[in-house]
Amino acid sequence: MREVLDDIDRWRAQNKRIALARVIDIDGSGPRDPGAAMAVNEDGEVCGSVSGGCVEGAVVTEALEILNSSSSGRIVKFGYSDDEAFAVGLTCGGVVHLFIQPLNW
Amino acid sequence: MIYAALADRIRGNKPTVLLTVIDGPNTGSTLLVSPDQRRFPTLGTLGDEELDRVAARDALGELEAGRTSVRSYGPSGQVTPEDLVDTPTVRVFVESFSPPPQMIIFGAVDFTAALARVAKVLGYYVTVCDAREMFATKRRFPMADEVVVTWPMPVLAERGPDLGARDAVCILTHDPKFDVPAIQGALATSVGYIGVMGSRKTHAKRLERLAEVGITKPTDLARLMSPIGLDIGSRTPEETAISICAEIIGKRVGRDVPSLANTCGPIHR
Repeated sequence: MREVLDDIDRWRAQNKRIALARVIDIDGSGPRDPGAAMAVNEDGEVCGSVSGGCVEGAVVTEALEILNSSSSGRIVKFGYSDDEAFAVGLTCGGVVHLFIQPLNW
Repeated sequence: MIYAALADRIRGNKPTVLLTVIDGPNTGSTLLVSPDQRRFPTLGTLGDEELDRVAARDALGELEAGRTSVRSYGPSGQVTPEDLVDTPTVRVFVESFSPPPQMIIFGAVDFTAALARVAKVLGYYVTVCDAREMFATKRRFPMADEVVVTWPMPVLAERGPDLGARDAVCILTHDPKFDVPAIQGALATSVGYIGVMGSRKTHAKRLERLAEVGITKPTDLARLMSPIGLDIGSRTPEETAISICAEIIGKRVGRDVPSLANTCGPIHR
């Protein structure tokens, strides 16, 4: 979380809407532990990371969708098989569970 | 408002735990809790007063242990299985923000700068301590959070009570005037890692000097990682710093790593 604070502060000062994605759980092998955070603003700018770079692109898509809906947040799972919600995967074979929500608090 | 308070606490290295409902009624709502309720009372709500109370209590336990986890409750904080029948489940993400681990390095030598640099990469709050004013300067160790000119005892008397399993004391001076009191002071704390630099010969001599001041208990001596670091053939200060930090990680998580303290033969081949 610490590493995303400066960018988030800057975006908030610019009145940008922001989504926060945090790793809440890992099954098997995963590159980042629970608590790893990434933030996305309404323009699609990104800071932080929730994996070794494997799923960040898909997280941006999901985060923007949440920002542009009335969602108060949802759990999103990224795994290694193609029948997961997204066709992106962790090369290490683990499953990462994220909670993505608007940072309106 | 909660985010601003959270950012403030994280930057100030103040222990804090953030609770977020990730599933169930009031998904997305947050609660910010600190152990210092008097100066920093709980902020926010998970949507139910009783749930707030029960979850905050559990969260402080998680914070104490430095754990981040997901916990499940009934909508009013119910936790026993019979109370949870036929009620929706509230899943709460409990995220602990502990102050960074501390590394205290005794001895302002050339290995110190490399070790301080690697420790910073790993997120440690680094203090460099040496009694020699000429060597213990912020200019020589710009990467350290603090450089203090004093003897080991005052530093350990002040910081010692805060040191725990995640923290490290690294004694890099080869000076008996300095390393014996540093070891004595470190052993009096609950610090998770005590590493002492020196050759195997230095280590053997040091054991004699420690015995002279009454440090002979096998459980105490077993805490000393000496010679410091892993047996990976490191030569430069930077390589040595990596071997020390790798040893700290291995010890912390309880892995069987090839510590120089547990091997024999020459350190440099």
